[in-house]
Amino acid sequence: MSDAFLELSHLTKRFGDHVAVGDLSLSVPRGAVLALLGPSGSGKTTTLRLLAGFERPDAGTVAVDGRDVTALAPAQRCFGMVFQHYALFPHLTVSENVAFGLAGQGAPADRDARVTEMLSLVDLGGFGGRQVSELSGGQQQRIAVARALAPEPRVLLLDEPLSNLDPSLRERTRREMRTALDRVGITTVFVTHEQEEAFALGDSVAVLNHGRLEQVGTPPELYEHPRTLFVATFVGRASVLGGVVTGDGRVRLDAGVEWPVEAPQELAAGDRASLAVRPEAVRFAEAGLAGTVMERRYTGARALFTVRVSGGTVEIEAPAHAVSVGDSVHLDVGRALAFPEEKE
Amino acid sequence: MTRRPRGSLLVLLLVWLFVYPVLLVVLDSVRGADGWTLEYVAAFLREPREWEALWGSLWISLASVALAGMIGVPLAIVFERLDFPGRRILGALVALPAVLPPLVGVVAFLFLYGESGFVARALTELLGLDEAPWRLRGAGAILLVHAYSMYVYFYLFTRAGLAKVDASMIEAAHSLGSGTWTTFRRVTLPLLRPQLAAAALLTFMTALGSFSAPYIFGGGFRVMTTQIVASKLNGDIRMAVVEASALALVALMGLFLLRRQAETRSVVAVGKGTPPAARALAQPIARWGATALGWAFAILLLLPHATLVVVSLVPLGTWTTQLVPPEYTLANYGTLLSEPERLRPLVNSLWMATVATVGAIAIALWAGRLVVQRRATLRGLIETLVSAPWAIPGTVLAIALATAFSMRAPWVARWVLVGTVVILPLAYLVRNIPIAAGSILAGFRQLDPSLDEAAASLGAGRWRTLRAVTVPLLKPAILAGGALAFATALGDFVTSIVLYTFETRPISIEILSSLRAFDIGTAAAYGVVLMLISAGAMLVGTRR
Repeated sequence: MSDAFLELSHLTKRFGDHVAVGDLSLSVPRGAVLALLGPSGSGKTTTLRLLAGFERPDAGTVAVDGRDVTALAPAQRCFGMVFQHYALFPHLTVSENVAFGLAGQGAPADRDARVTEMLSLVDLGGFGGRQVSELSGGQQQRIAVARALAPEPRVLLLDEPLSNLDPSLRERTRREMRTALDRVGITTVFVTHEQEEAFALGDSVAVLNHGRLEQVGTPPELYEHPRTLFVATFVGRASVLGGVVTGDGRVRLDAGVEWPVEAPQELAAGDRASLAVRPEAVRFAEAGLAGTVMERRYTGARALFTVRVSGGTVEIEAPAHAVSVGDSVHLDVGRALAFPEEKE
Repeated sequence: MTRRPRGSLLVLLLVWLFVYPVLLVVLDSVRGADGWTLEYVAAFLREPREWEALWGSLWISLASVALAGMIGVPLAIVFERLDFPGRRILGALVALPAVLPPLVGVVAFLFLYGESGFVARALTELLGLDEAPWRLRGAGAILLVHAYSMYVYFYLFTRAGLAKVDASMIEAAHSLGSGTWTTFRRVTLPLLRPQLAAAALLTFMTALGSFSAPYIFGGGFRVMTTQIVASKLNGDIRMAVVEASALALVALMGLFLLRRQAETRSVVAVGKGTPPAARALAQPIARWGATALGWAFAILLLLPHATLVVVSLVPLGTWTTQLVPPEYTLANYGTLLSEPERLRPLVNSLWMATVATVGAIAIALWAGRLVVQRRATLRGLIETLVSAPWAIPGTVLAIALATAFSMRAPWVARWVLVGTVVILPLAYLVRNIPIAAGSILAGFRQLDPSLDEAAASLGAGRWRTLRAVTVPLLKPAILAGGALAFATALGDFVTSIVLYTFETRPISIEILSSLRAFDIGTAAAYGVVLMLISAGAMLVGTRR
């Protein structure tokens, strides 16, 4: 990408023998929001800390606007950071917290104006005189965002920004945050382990696993065209079945049935393959893969059925009353993705 | 690129401050002019008096632990578990012996229970005796002072432990059929073990290093600390060095043995419940009896403080054979403040204690920053080093500093500091490090480490972070640790007596010389001033 504003090249960080981040390269265009998505231990938080400068990479560089900032201390980077537990200074008022990063910038009156502007950006105008401990979790989160944005950082970093909020509050805060980010137009990187959050906030999403980049793309790209089995199963729901590649775009399942597949990675006839199937890409049919309905999770008009088949289970989304628990059924597939089988 | 591990500079400083001097002392005890020798150690071992002193130190320390435990633990149980009128205020008063610096406490005891003290005079008068019924001398006198000043450790630790015992555990034991006494013996006491072991360790180490009481009351009774100082003052440096090594060895063994007990993982923390509520004494006789006993005990505890105040009002040479002093005046305080030579020790003590406290706080903050860092390689070493001076008896430290810094050899980091104004503040500083670090490190551990990172990401450099974030948040911990450190340095006697010069003599030394000149009023006045400043510092330190 030529218009990259924030560029990570071959970033590597080891802790002892453990590779926390391995050869990670990513770029974020100016004003875009990138989500780092992965399970715990995937290296996403370490990546964020490398960006902030709290950790030094063992190899690789971080560049902003074409300038290498790898050697700069956190204080010199002009990166704003919102911490998972907000890290608001408990001995300072809300205003003093927001003004903390403005020390030495401009006249006092300008600083006060900036604090007011930031507080109204996060809809907390008039809260300046409060103590931090008087705020609710959601308000603290917004103050943390306001504090990070006040010094006009070049990049905003967010560490699991919504994980400490009540589920009921999360969706609203997420929407407000997206609005605020759009209004400021700041290049943003945030870490999350929730796909829904990554998809809702991120212009693009980078999926990390064991310190390596599995795939980066827009949410539809990741969901519809996952390049690895990990992405296919971690992003959205998918059932996995084993089989053998028989030839041109077909896989014979261990249960004996042959299904047409798409293969994002190279597969030769005779290779073992893992098939990933989305619940909405399977349907009940007259003939096909035989199984027994084990469970039905009712969600309204539609339900999610778990069907035990030879060699595994398959999740199917179907009209709520299509079948009942205990029924013998047959399954047909609309679209399946085949990946080289991972060796344990 | 190889980088120096973070904190190596601090480690170097701490090693230079006391590890190196103590090592030099140990080396000096086995090295003569012509290389290695066991001559001095042999001379020490051949001397029966040395064995006597070593044994004296050991049994006095063990007896102090037993006595302090016997007073402190029951007292803690009474105040934590029983409710009666006046419980709160009495519970606080009971901790009061802590505000008396060691030498001042000893002097107060001398005026109160000594052969010419108030109690002896009263009894002589009452019974028509020709002379005082007892002499405050020897092991008994030392143990009396130790029991008075050290039961506080057991009292405070046990109360803290009891406050954490989950009531449901006691109830569980009762429901399983054990009675009150069995429950206490089989449930409560085992749960308190870490606290009791910690109190025992603190008492043992304090008693082992205790100098004021044996020095004033010892008479012919020998302990190691007084033996070391006597050798040093007699100019027998070699003997002092061997004796210091021997005492350090005993201290180390005590630390090792008792530490293992104290570090047994407390099971108390497992329960989340609340401690049992204090049981209100139902019968009026029991209630008021407990209150009366409590006040009687509090008055007994406050007698030394009161004695000191009364004696400080006695003009020089007026109190001879009368039961109580015939004249009272504030003149002693007047001379203390108006005569430059009398004021000087006060000023000395104040500035030296201040410097030592500020230095110790700075080192503790430095250590704290390093210890809480994720992945600091030297963390364990730094934690050990900042708490280690606590295990070195004051006399040993004084001899160590006197040995290390009495010659000029910059290539091995030795300079002549003995006899300069630097040496006493330095000694106080070393003794203050564990006190300040104990409180400040605990404060650091409660801080969210992302606060530092938040400040950094907002553009604050290391100094601004320290000034605007770390120090304000640690203020209670700094005040508490600093106050305790300041009071300790202000009242120091044991290192001062080895290292002071006439120009830098602190209050404690001046109290001693006033006593020797039979100027008890001035000695007591100094004591009262010391007591008031210490109490004031503690008040500031514990204010929330």
